[in-house]
Amino acid sequence: MSSGILQFVTVFVLAAFVGYEVISKVPSILHTPLMSGTNAIHGIILLGAILTCGASHGPLQITLGIIVVILATLNVVGGFVVTDRMLEMFKTKPAARDAGKSGRPAQ
Amino acid sequence: MSLGTGRDIVYLVAAVCFILAMKGLSSPKRARAGNLLGAAGMIVAIAITFTTPGIHNLWAIGLGIVVGIAIGAPVARRVKMTAMPQLVAAFNGVGGAAAALVSIMHFSFSPVSLSTLATYQVFEVIFGVVVGSISFTGSIIAFSKLQEIMPGRPITYPAQQPVNAVVALGIVGCIVAVLVDPTKVVMLVVLLLALLFGVAFTLPVGGADAPVLIALLNSFTGLAVAATGFTLHSNVLIVAGTLVGASGMLLTRLMSQAMGRSIPNILFSAFGSVVTSSGATEKEGRSVKSGTPEDIGVLLAYSNRVAIVPGYGLAVAQAQHVARELAETLQKRGVDVFYAIHPVAGRMPGHMNVLLAEANVPYEELKEMDHANSEMSTVDVALVVGANDVVNPAAKNSPGSPIYGMPIIEVSLAKAVIFLKRSMRPGFAGIDNDLLYDDKTTMLFGDAKDSLAKLVSAVASA
Repeated sequence: MSSGILQFVTVFVLAAFVGYEVISKVPSILHTPLMSGTNAIHGIILLGAILTCGASHGPLQITLGIIVVILATLNVVGGFVVTDRMLEMFKTKPAARDAGKSGRPAQ
Repeated sequence: MSLGTGRDIVYLVAAVCFILAMKGLSSPKRARAGNLLGAAGMIVAIAITFTTPGIHNLWAIGLGIVVGIAIGAPVARRVKMTAMPQLVAAFNGVGGAAAALVSIMHFSFSPVSLSTLATYQVFEVIFGVVVGSISFTGSIIAFSKLQEIMPGRPITYPAQQPVNAVVALGIVGCIVAVLVDPTKVVMLVVLLLALLFGVAFTLPVGGADAPVLIALLNSFTGLAVAATGFTLHSNVLIVAGTLVGASGMLLTRLMSQAMGRSIPNILFSAFGSVVTSSGATEKEGRSVKSGTPEDIGVLLAYSNRVAIVPGYGLAVAQAQHVARELAETLQKRGVDVFYAIHPVAGRMPGHMNVLLAEANVPYEELKEMDHANSEMSTVDVALVVGANDVVNPAAKNSPGSPIYGMPIIEVSLAKAVIFLKRSMRPGFAGIDNDLLYDDKTTMLFGDAKDSLAKLVSAVASA
């Protein structure tokens, strides 16, 4: 086994630990946005799709290449847009908050 | 500094963006910024890829990206919040398909002869193909179940698990065969088997468990992407794919824990396919108390503390706005109102919070299960809106029940319980709920939205 592959294996193992650690304290309310957000991140396959399409020759390969790029782009765009829409709702809404507060009796 | 080094540095920056994005997504305050940072990292990584030497067919790549955006952006923007879970499944599926295709094309069209590839290189390719394909067809089934194109109940047939095991063994056998002698025929067989396996192993998973399935498939796609990263010698693909793969595994476990079940139990037990018949005979003799909206309105208006327990029924009826209206009407009268949120209320953990946030419910009024349970004994009325399994005491009291061990919102501790339900039909899990027959329970039958609207006017005039 060449040292090249070992370098990639190192990156793989370290990334696995980071991935596990970084989300180990997520409140359950954020599980759905997190799933959607990580879904968007694996859209990085678009990079692979571009390289593959860019190396294609002939109608068959290029057609497949275009399909791969379309699929991967869907993953990226859909993933980030959906996550943003979900998270938009968590932002502070002063109007709603005031309405809720004023509705309560004076303490 | 050469262009190649510069490109690698940009990829490193993108990888850091992804890690920080996930870190951000772990806290409510920074989640949105985190997601945008992830998107920024993605754009930078994609843009710099175009500087790679020897990239041809720019028109084709451009066409693919434009078509992808033209389809993806409007769909992602317009879909209803209740349809989020299946949308995530769909976008995950296309990602899996893309990863599998990249691996296949690399294998099939590579100018280098297959026999010159090292064994580990063939393994990287085959791993990407198999896992990506399983994720693709599995996501299609999960999507179909949630979108109700297919029945949500588990689909079973005789000897299902043994057949699946044979298919899985077939895949393993083919992988070994390819590693020994990489031929395109065996490669095609393993591709078809993987596509088949994706369908076969998701069919017996019930619709209620589909979110856990999506989390698992999301993780699979991540691993498939990491495998293509090995094939294409791309660190950023390995990092991003592995991050998703590892976090997806953890998320799958967290979600199944919230349901009090193990992952194998969710995947293999065809949960919810059989309605427990033991309780069925017994329930004939029991009576259910149902009330009018006016009675219940008065009860609510004159209590000190009300807990609203929302479930999927509330989401289906699009009743989150009316629920907030009811809470505000009660608050105007001086009633203390909070929402008790079960971790798996709705169809995904956190799904209910998203829906309620959409209806402008203040964040502080949402209480997570443990917190809500500790305060339940001070609650006068627990108003259960379109939820059933998440409040079913069978999870605590009857060891024989399929949901035994699942944590629940203990509404039975409240002084009175009101169920807004369409019918006496059991929930997703198909299990009868004793609480419905309890003396302190009052039922209000009907669509959750209509019932809540009636309660709002009843409270206003009480």
